[in-house]
Amino acid sequence: MTTIDTHVGATTKANGSSFIAAVGQWVTSSDHKKIGRLFIGWSLIHAIEVAVLGAIFGFERMSPSGLELIAGDAALQLSWYSRHLMILGLLAPLFLGIAIAVVPLQVGSRAISLPRLAQFSFWSWLFGSGLVLISIIGNGGPGGGNGDMVDLFLMGVALVAVGIIAGSVSVATTVMTSRAPGMSMDMVPAFSWSALVGSITSILSLPVAIGTLIYLYADHTAGQVAFGSNKEIEKWLGWVYAQPMSFVFIVMALGVLAEIAPVAARVRQPLRPVVLIGLGLATSGVLGAVTQSSHTLNLDGSSSDKISSTLPFLLFNGLPLLGVLVSVAVALLALKEGRPRVNAAFAFAVLGSLMILAGVAGSFVQHIESANIVTTSFGEGVTAYLVYGSVLCALGALTHWAPKLWGVVLDDKKVLGLAGLGLIGTVLAALPLYIAGFSKQPAHAVFGFDYDGPVALWNLLAGAGAALVALVVLAFVGLLVQAVRAGAGATDDPWDAHTLEWSVPSPAPLNNFAALATVHSSEPLLDAKPSQEVPA
Amino acid sequence: MSLALPAAPQQSSRRQLLVSTALVAAGAAMLIAGMLAMWMKFRAGSPTRESSDGLRIIKDWMPESITIPEVAANTMFATFPFAALMAQWAVYSAKRRDGGHRSLALVITFGLGIAIVNAQIAIYLQMELGLAEGAFQTLFYAITGTMMFLVITGMAFTAVTFFRSIGGRDDDQQVVSAHALYWYFLTAAFTAVWFFVYVQK
Repeated sequence: MTTIDTHVGATTKANGSSFIAAVGQWVTSSDHKKIGRLFIGWSLIHAIEVAVLGAIFGFERMSPSGLELIAGDAALQLSWYSRHLMILGLLAPLFLGIAIAVVPLQVGSRAISLPRLAQFSFWSWLFGSGLVLISIIGNGGPGGGNGDMVDLFLMGVALVAVGIIAGSVSVATTVMTSRAPGMSMDMVPAFSWSALVGSITSILSLPVAIGTLIYLYADHTAGQVAFGSNKEIEKWLGWVYAQPMSFVFIVMALGVLAEIAPVAARVRQPLRPVVLIGLGLATSGVLGAVTQSSHTLNLDGSSSDKISSTLPFLLFNGLPLLGVLVSVAVALLALKEGRPRVNAAFAFAVLGSLMILAGVAGSFVQHIESANIVTTSFGEGVTAYLVYGSVLCALGALTHWAPKLWGVVLDDKKVLGLAGLGLIGTVLAALPLYIAGFSKQPAHAVFGFDYDGPVALWNLLAGAGAALVALVVLAFVGLLVQAVRAGAGATDDPWDAHTLEWSVPSPAPLNNFAALATVHSSEPLLDAKPSQEVPA
Repeated sequence: MSLALPAAPQQSSRRQLLVSTALVAAGAAMLIAGMLAMWMKFRAGSPTRESSDGLRIIKDWMPESITIPEVAANTMFATFPFAALMAQWAVYSAKRRDGGHRSLALVITFGLGIAIVNAQIAIYLQMELGLAEGAFQTLFYAITGTMMFLVITGMAFTAVTFFRSIGGRDDDQQVVSAHALYWYFLTAAFTAVWFFVYVQK
């Protein structure tokens, strides 16, 4: 007993110090897998927050009196917070985190390029997110009544953007400079390619948002002489949280499908260059986003008016739709040529990508002026399709790469069930908003619109869908935690996959690769499996 | 079991710093371009009126009481290419493993950076603008202040490169090249700011 007591005491002390040491390791670590997991963890918390807010908004909008969960003057601020969380608090950091964790492994690098910059990226983003939350709680944000808190909001958003840019520089530099010997750019795995495209477009678009924030901050602290009152912030900053800007961050979600589909089909990806071009086209809308204008299609007027309206509309709304369509269609072409096995990761990725396709198609329709839905809740439906669809893809990515990140394989049947529920939740959260948009329900308005007709039903369904998505994310995190706690060891290559990350033990060790390999194709691991029958 | 892939030969230099500096410069270029676009949008949207003789249309963008000190602005414009030239001299010296000249070039680059900041402060002092006096004033401070932040970042880069140079890092050509690239970007960015803010106003 004495021995045990002493031992327990010693253990407790050791545990206490080891806990501090572990926290210290997480805070100061420059290991890309840890930084990536920090991003992923916090983003999933934000995913639950976003879905809960979506549910509250849905239920609140069922009738003029609603559930009275949101005070009238807080609606604008909470709506803004939700929009901020969706794009810069969830979409961008979730996929940036996955990219930081996975890309160095995929391209055969022992570490991420500029690891301290990647580390700074997470802390800047987290600190900025904290400032945004504090500012909203303190009656700040667009439309807020506390001027100091409005300033804090602007500063928080700028820090968040700086963090995402820093992480993007790290990821893009890794793909461009740290590839395994022999891996030319056309051999870069599809997900890493999408990470490169997404990172470069983030680097080129978010600084424009920072420039706007600098102006807004200077103006807001100096009497609001140029940019107007707090409520006017939406006019200047709204483009960051709308389409086509959000297309920058969905490209990595499409990259997940392009990565997982050929593995599920057990073939080399047919027409691979077309997939890579499709991923590039998906982000072309960012050129329109940084002009901070809405490029709608208006066929009234002279021929020259029609042309000057049609060209930017097609460039900034049509090309991204074409890119998404091509990358999803060609990725799925692998299924036709191979022997597909439907697992949870693939189900999440394919369902999520189809939701994204519905969102991008919706954005295309929204920008046709004659449809008369530009300022309606239809746009909210587009964002819901894009964000929740991307979350489904991210859950697929986490299921796929869980062996490398946590050393576990998740229970396929349970996760498959979650994929189905996620699909139902996303459709419920988004489709009713499309319909409500055609009924002229205004965008982001919680009170004060026409409640005639079946508006209550559409908003009830949207709220219920968002709540279901929150439950799916929560259940997924529960399954992941359960698997990690059970310590179910994953094999090195449980999916019989194609790329370099599957050549190292699970979970991936520090420094990733004991020895660097020479690569001769885009599927180096498939090349090293001589018994496998591989179609050309 | 881990699959055995063919071992790789010794890797060549990966030029991470050069590539990442190029990416940061591209991002910063978009920052300045976005701010200049906003500047032009405000200028284009400012109210117009006829001149007293009725012959001209005047835009009420920059208040008539404001005079931009052109000497200081033009001096800044001329100083940037010299700073970039000195940064390139550092690259030339680094390639020849000439530590003395490399360090001297970096010191001059830093000194020119101080001169640029000094000229900007002189412009602020001579113009005596109040930040809250109008849209022109707010935007002027925001865009020139951002430009100065980028210059000070460049000076910090120069200082780090200099200390690495005097620390005997003779094989450090990539850092010196990345440093020169950043100063080239600063020169291009200020050229745009000079033209749109100081010349066209």
